[in-house]
Amino acid sequence: MSALGLFNYWAAIFLMMVGFYTLIARGNLIKKIIGLNIFQTSVFILYITMGKITGGTAPIFVEGGRDVVYSNPIPHVLILTAIVVGVATSAVGLSLVIRIKEAYGTIEEDEIEDESL
Amino acid sequence: MDDRVILRVGAKVLIPFILLFALYVQFHGDYGPGGGFQAGVIFAAGFVLYALIYGLGNVRRVLPPRAVYICSALGVLLYAGVGYVTMALGGQFLDYDVLAHDPEHGQHYGILLVELGVLITVFGVMVSVFYAVAGRRRLDT
Amino acid sequence: MSHHLPVLLVVVPLVAAPVIALLNRPRISWAVAVAVTLWVLYAALALLSQTMVDGAIHYALGGWVAPYGIEYVVDPVNAWVIVIVALIGALVTPYARMSVEREISEDRIPLFYAAFILCLTGLLGIAVTGDVFNVFVFLEISSLSAYALIALGKDRRALTASFQYLIMGSVGATFIVIGIGLMYVMTGTLNMADLANRLPEVASTRTIPVAFTFLTVGITLKLALFPLHLWLPNAYTYAPSAVTAFLASTATKVAVYLLLRFFFTIFGVTFSFDVMQLDRILMPLALVAILTMSLVAIYQENVKRLLAYSSIAQIGYIVLGISLASVLGLTAGILHLFNHALMKGALFMSMGCVMYRVGSVRLERMGGLGRAMPWTMAAFVVGGLSLIGAPLTVGFISKWYLVQAALEQGMWPVAGVVLLGSLLALMYVWKVIEVAYFREVDPELGITEAPLSLLAPTWVLALSNVYFGIDASRTVGIATRAAELLLGVLS
Repeated sequence: MSALGLFNYWAAIFLMMVGFYTLIARGNLIKKIIGLNIFQTSVFILYITMGKITGGTAPIFVEGGRDVVYSNPIPHVLILTAIVVGVATSAVGLSLVIRIKEAYGTIEEDEIEDESL
Repeated sequence: MDDRVILRVGAKVLIPFILLFALYVQFHGDYGPGGGFQAGVIFAAGFVLYALIYGLGNVRRVLPPRAVYICSALGVLLYAGVGYVTMALGGQFLDYDVLAHDPEHGQHYGILLVELGVLITVFGVMVSVFYAVAGRRRLDT
Repeated sequence: MSHHLPVLLVVVPLVAAPVIALLNRPRISWAVAVAVTLWVLYAALALLSQTMVDGAIHYALGGWVAPYGIEYVVDPVNAWVIVIVALIGALVTPYARMSVEREISEDRIPLFYAAFILCLTGLLGIAVTGDVFNVFVFLEISSLSAYALIALGKDRRALTASFQYLIMGSVGATFIVIGIGLMYVMTGTLNMADLANRLPEVASTRTIPVAFTFLTVGITLKLALFPLHLWLPNAYTYAPSAVTAFLASTATKVAVYLLLRFFFTIFGVTFSFDVMQLDRILMPLALVAILTMSLVAIYQENVKRLLAYSSIAQIGYIVLGISLASVLGLTAGILHLFNHALMKGALFMSMGCVMYRVGSVRLERMGGLGRAMPWTMAAFVVGGLSLIGAPLTVGFISKWYLVQAALEQGMWPVAGVVLLGSLLALMYVWKVIEVAYFREVDPELGITEAPLSLLAPTWVLALSNVYFGIDASRTVGIATRAAELLLGVLS
């Protein structure tokens, strides 16, 4: 397979690195959550890519269609679960950020550290 | 907000259809694409839209936070309750075959009930999150 | 009824959590939580005794047989972990009532118990499931509720600690998902037993080693192995005392179980240790963890933080045993899972008693507590002796096996590090004991002994440190059986 044929994987890895970099390098807690979200989304794309079968259609049963090629629905189902988990993680993370803002008056990591001393 | 007539009227027209669409996604979810997660989020989105246009106070009168709180717990109980019933009827946990005489019907009822539980919980949690975050006082002032 | 036990183990607490949230009365919520944890302990013990006699128990969810459906499997390895989690849960919940009343505002107490029981559900679920994606779901259930529990701490630094844990924990979990996805794309299955059958065919591809690497990093992040432990000290220090006692004794243990399950059952010992040479990574990290984290612990002024660093060092011992990849080494590691839960449970619970009476666990506030709170500090001493590895305590048993396992392979320096680690443990435990027993108590503070409902669970754990230290035949028997099972010596 050519490098271009792996386009989806390149996209997934690119997003993964963007998210991971944001997560590590940014001091703003909201930006960290955004980074985490991008990071998780890249994994969703990775999974969905795996489920695709060339020429396969959406895995919904077609009446009388015995010979229809379906894409693999399992990765979609898994990712549906993972998305819900991701939403829950973001919700918990953002509510923590709100509480941190109330307690420290800032959501910048370095300023929080100065406050803690 | 009183002067935004288009928004107010538009929302009034849209909200019933949003809620109806949520129910469509829910009850169509046994043989087609859809299901409790999506339906719950769409259902919650209807109320969030209402809150955005008519204010948090109004939506809280329609849907008290306590009710939402109960919803988010009730859905899980419904889900697990179906599991307990299947066990009581002699099947494995969440084995819908035993719910009706015909296993196919059993699967049908089972998945709808379970997804209804998912809908209620997802709806409850989504609106709770919205209430919790939107109800905070402004931090910067 | 009894053949439903594997699923009931997870579903009963899962149902209890919303019920607790609905009841919304602190005392009633607590009572339900206690009842549930006691039932879980009963179920866990029943499963353990059943699986020791009959071998693995399989349960197909929804009647969908494996490998198509999700299957719960209980064998001696995870039954052992389930018993650890259930035992600590059943002791921490009765303990939590007074401790939580002091540390958490009243309107949040029902939600605290709901989150606590959810966390228990997640941990039990990770242990009981035989499906790798289900592992991820339960991992997130336990982690998300753990973040919420930690954030309930009184100190505002609990919030930042929880946030840090959330970021690192989510990255770890996502790494695990990537690993699982790569395994799925090569084999088309998510069932653990099925994966174990199919992986050897594709083991020579490049994808499987990559999956293996992602899983290694993800799981070691969750179990706080040395360079990936940064979330742990703050989380344990600022969480409410009952939460610290629970998480310290269970959360990392369950992550270690995942390590065992993935590397021994799924990938197989040949692939993990001969092809991927996992021991070359795990062993140095474990040794560094034992030495550096024990050293860092010596310099701590906050006793909970001291114990948190000591936890990372103790995880080093567990991973060291695993990295030896021999029956003796694994036995030592699995044994230390249980033993470390006992000792850290007792230590953190006694610190919870101190927190209850003194309101702080900083060393400067603990002067003379040996006289003011004799029972609490005596429990700390027992736990501390166990941590050091003094004979007649469980700590001695695990170190004995660990040293034997190292010597069996002729690794004298490794055995030396284990003993050196004990010496360092002696130093940090002594530091607390010196303050508590050899300083004058300030009579103006009027500190008295902790109430019985806090002391009783603490002492149950402290005494079991001694009991299983004297009569280790049962625990060693189970651990050996589990180790043999994992290595495939015994089929």
